[in-house]
Amino acid sequence: MEMLLDAISWLLILVGSVFLVVGGIGVVRLPDMFARMHGAGIIDTLGAGAVLIGLIFQAGLNIVSVKLVLIVVFILFTSPTTTHALARAALNGGVRPRVEAPPEDAPTGGGGESSKT
Amino acid sequence: MMFSVAAIAVLVTMVLTIYRAIKGPTVYDRILAVNAFGTLTVVLIAVYGFLSGRPEFLDLALVYALINFIGTIAVSKYVEFSHMGRPSGGDELGDI
Repeated sequence: MEMLLDAISWLLILVGSVFLVVGGIGVVRLPDMFARMHGAGIIDTLGAGAVLIGLIFQAGLNIVSVKLVLIVVFILFTSPTTTHALARAALNGGVRPRVEAPPEDAPTGGGGESSKT
Repeated sequence: MMFSVAAIAVLVTMVLTIYRAIKGPTVYDRILAVNAFGTLTVVLIAVYGFLSGRPEFLDLALVYALINFIGTIAVSKYVEFSHMGRPSGGDELGDI
């Protein structure tokens, strides 16, 4: 049983670490502010959630796991709220989502160029 | 062992989000990156508590999650309206 719990927690921590790094690469590499929100969402929900749930399996049933459950629930509630408020503020502040150019304008389909609006 | 892997992944992601927070073209990019950095700090505090064998740091992580949420909402509201006192009346988008 201990081996099973350790295996589950290690698997979750590894998957969470991978998704943390993937979300960080997305925050750096994605071309638009509204696209970078996807990377931040991966960091908030899947990365942090998987790592903290893995730590719950490592802790067992005591006050530590209760605190970890509280942290996970709070992050899962506040991350969509923060992203929604930030997207509303950016849209109200004049940032427009990057719209893909028509195919006849960009036949190569490269992502380097950015349209105006 | 696994805690060290998770801590290194969190630190690498912290470097990436700090890069975006410094380089970001608009102020909303910086807010987004700082919000992600706060979440990563919560994870790092929790992982470090298990790494050092004394998981009593989770109170700090919980408080940091609360402060991160309130701070991000306050900064985005301040950037949008340039004040935090009265709500925005008459705007079509309303209050955030």
